[in-house]
Amino acid sequence: MRYLPLTDTDREDMLARIGVPDIDALFSDVPGGKLLKAPLDLPRTKGELEVERIMARMSAKNTAASAVPFFVGAGAYKHHVPATVDHLIQRSEFLTSYTPYQPEIAQGTLQYLFEFQTQIAALTGMEVANASMYDGSTGTGEAVLMAHRVTRRRKAVLSGGLHPHYTEVVKTLSEMANDDVVALKADVSASEDILSQIDDSVSCVVVQSPDVFGNLRDLKPIAEKAHAHGALLIAVFTEVVSLGAVTPPGAQDADIVVGEGQSIGNALNFGGPYVGLFAAKSKYIRQMPGRLCGETVDADGQRGFVLTLSTREQHIRRDKATSNICTNSGLCVLAFTIHMTLLGQAGFTLLAEVNHANAVKLADALAGVTGVTVLNETFFNEFTVKLKKPAAEVVEVLAAKGILAGVPVSRLLPHAGLDDLLIIASTEVNTDEDRAALVAALVEVL
Amino acid sequence: MLNRQGRPTQAGAASHEDRATFTGNKALQQIEPLIFEIGHHESTGVDIEKPAAFKPRLGSHARQGEIGLPGLSEPETMRHYVRLSQKNYGIDTGLFPLGSCTMKHNARLNEKTARLPGFSDVHPLQPLSTVPGALDVMLELSRYLMTLTGMPAVALSPKAGAHGEACGMMAIKAAIAAKGEGATRTVVLVPESAHGTNPATAALIGFSVKAVPARPDGTVAVEDVKALLGPDIAAIMLTNPNTCGIFEPQIVEIAAALHEAGAYFYCDGANFNAIVGKARPGDLGVDAMHINLHKTFSTPHGGGGPGAGPVVLSERLAPFAPVPFIHVVNDKPHLIETREEAPAGNEPFGRMTAFHGQMGMYVRALTYMLSHGADGMKQASEDAVLNANYIRACLSDLMSLPYPDHPSMHEVLFDDEWLKGTGVSTLDFAKAMIDEGYHPMTVYFPLVVHGAMLIEPTESESKASLDLFIATLRDLAISAKGNDKERFTSAPHHAPIRRLDETRAARQPVLKWVKPAPVAEAAE
Repeated sequence: MRYLPLTDTDREDMLARIGVPDIDALFSDVPGGKLLKAPLDLPRTKGELEVERIMARMSAKNTAASAVPFFVGAGAYKHHVPATVDHLIQRSEFLTSYTPYQPEIAQGTLQYLFEFQTQIAALTGMEVANASMYDGSTGTGEAVLMAHRVTRRRKAVLSGGLHPHYTEVVKTLSEMANDDVVALKADVSASEDILSQIDDSVSCVVVQSPDVFGNLRDLKPIAEKAHAHGALLIAVFTEVVSLGAVTPPGAQDADIVVGEGQSIGNALNFGGPYVGLFAAKSKYIRQMPGRLCGETVDADGQRGFVLTLSTREQHIRRDKATSNICTNSGLCVLAFTIHMTLLGQAGFTLLAEVNHANAVKLADALAGVTGVTVLNETFFNEFTVKLKKPAAEVVEVLAAKGILAGVPVSRLLPHAGLDDLLIIASTEVNTDEDRAALVAALVEVL
Repeated sequence: MLNRQGRPTQAGAASHEDRATFTGNKALQQIEPLIFEIGHHESTGVDIEKPAAFKPRLGSHARQGEIGLPGLSEPETMRHYVRLSQKNYGIDTGLFPLGSCTMKHNARLNEKTARLPGFSDVHPLQPLSTVPGALDVMLELSRYLMTLTGMPAVALSPKAGAHGEACGMMAIKAAIAAKGEGATRTVVLVPESAHGTNPATAALIGFSVKAVPARPDGTVAVEDVKALLGPDIAAIMLTNPNTCGIFEPQIVEIAAALHEAGAYFYCDGANFNAIVGKARPGDLGVDAMHINLHKTFSTPHGGGGPGAGPVVLSERLAPFAPVPFIHVVNDKPHLIETREEAPAGNEPFGRMTAFHGQMGMYVRALTYMLSHGADGMKQASEDAVLNANYIRACLSDLMSLPYPDHPSMHEVLFDDEWLKGTGVSTLDFAKAMIDEGYHPMTVYFPLVVHGAMLIEPTESESKASLDLFIATLRDLAISAKGNDKERFTSAPHHAPIRRLDETRAARQPVLKWVKPAPVAEAAE
């Protein structure tokens, strides 16, 4: 087997040096009868060529986003990633390194984590950011738990504009920990009355902007009301590119900000791996989950970086830790950081502008299609339309025509009576031809 | 004569003198500033055309003011991150014997397949009719994991080991609640030697934690577990092979005792690499076990992630598996994405994450499994165990073994008894290994052993590589015992940076770059 360097002679010599007759002697603690004698019922070793063929066959059965006019969003977005990014993250020293527990030989990782934390703090307008969570949804769950620790209350209020998967993740965690959750009804028009839900029993209010339907939300009044009652505002976004065009949550007095960072540097990957962004006011750092990278000096006084404040973490605090998280999204963080470094604020705001322009063009074009109503007053690169037919059926018909039109709300909320709603995203990858194809297909189908 | 230019071709008088350089660089070791110190706010490495004028739909939400982030051109970006990479040690650099982390070879075929557009460029919410190949990967990976573990079900979506632990323990909590025992079974047993994630996970989902004492031989005794069992015990979280590198000899009895008392057996599968194809957790009485695809199945650790932590489940826990999961009807896979759509007999406890988990890692792990095959995976585990025991056999005359009575599995644990009186600590020893070109082993874990050194060579090392590693550790050990303290206490001497002040980092946390205040003009 090509990955195994030992030869049979090596194996014999080594067993002799150890002083055992055969390999199974080293498995003598496995209880009687439980040691397998024959290989399991799975195929045998295969060469690289054959494995590649098998995997390529499976891959070819799927429709890749780049191959068709593509408007699917709702929490993950198709963007162009510069070739430099994927080259750099495949460098052995990044790809095959471990969590930087030995900082003297991991300054590469530590320095990009420090750069990442600085970038996230700047983008969100927050004072501090951590070195990543698994993704936006698990980050949101962690943010709610963090708010509970800060406020010593156990009740979260979730906006009806929060991505339904995120709502489910928070509900699952809260149910298990016997915490209260008030999840407002799915709110397409962004007109929910969340303020009336806030009282002295509430630990945090979780609001997404742009919300799952694409609406931009005014967070400031929610922050004010929450703070008046000793509660925290957790601001969530699933499209980080929006921060290039809209007021960041930090400028609206959010206490914790959580986001999905996939859009920058990372591929769609059918849902993972992604990168959870997590930022907060600095007074709460000791309650933050996840790894933090900090600046310090070495024995010669030279600047260096280390993982820090680890007394919050599971490997030190065990059952008193702020989270059980260990492995996070290291390499996805690197991809994010490199892509963001290439963009800089100049490129990032321009990218955001192109996204917004493309979505506006598409919304304007769709507004002219009979049977389509654009519901959003405001949006960034994603909006919701009402169709005169069930959206899931329309999407299926368009898929057969080679157009991936968006996400039917019924896919996320099957029994919510919202079957005629379709969430449509348009990013910099969409061309005028893509938009024309979608419009023409909808005219035909509706 | 090849050289007619008068260029000297012999080393001559060049010596090893350590001279300071003008730049502070040392040839290939470059001092690299932060991007914030070299970039400019107006620079960018991406060419994007400004769109034609349009009427924005941002309402009153348009961003005011600039972000405050520099950009770099493409060549500058490339050089910056290449230089950073050169300050890192990876598996491809050298032996990486980090115990309980399984730093094995990361085959590039896995990277190649993960980047096939049908896997990397598909959206989790595009119509399922357009991604049958993605479901094939999930089904095939599930089949392999179930076969290798002897377990009837698997929840794929957890994003890393600790997330998998949470998933397994949530399934256990749901099963207990379904039996009406939710109010009483609230305690989880965790051995003192466990990974920190175990007690943290139990606490995260509302269990209280009770420690199981470690026996002097490094194993957990069934009598000790039995003594703690009662109507309040929900489960045990036990690592097997355990964190001392030993296969728990009484695991079957422990599982039986738990089941008899109405409790569940959660197995931490971090050390599964020792027993793939050799023993199946399902045969041992395990109810739930996460599998770190980034350890056992070689998806790259990437400097701390991403990982993937699928959880295999017993018959009793399978109905509680979270969404999404694949339900096969008439050989046709259906992805069940919401609790409402769950077929009869399933009571999903909820959802662990948005979407379907770490598809990019599924592809890499499946590629690994197909490459190895059943025979290759068994051989890999045998070689991993053989390598660890070989290191042990070659070092145990110099370094002390806390648990000599059991064979090691894929990792060997030493303590610091042998360093007593030398003035050299485990940490010093680890730092001296850096000078010798090695990544240190795991140190100070497990907590039950003083000054622990946990060495896991994996199956990826050749005998020559092991022999040099052994010779190096022997030389270091003799040096430590021979009063050459300086080699250790001020190590590393040759790394890109010296030992770092971690106390200072924690006392005055600096977690982001802040533009330095302008230097005041010289006093007039």
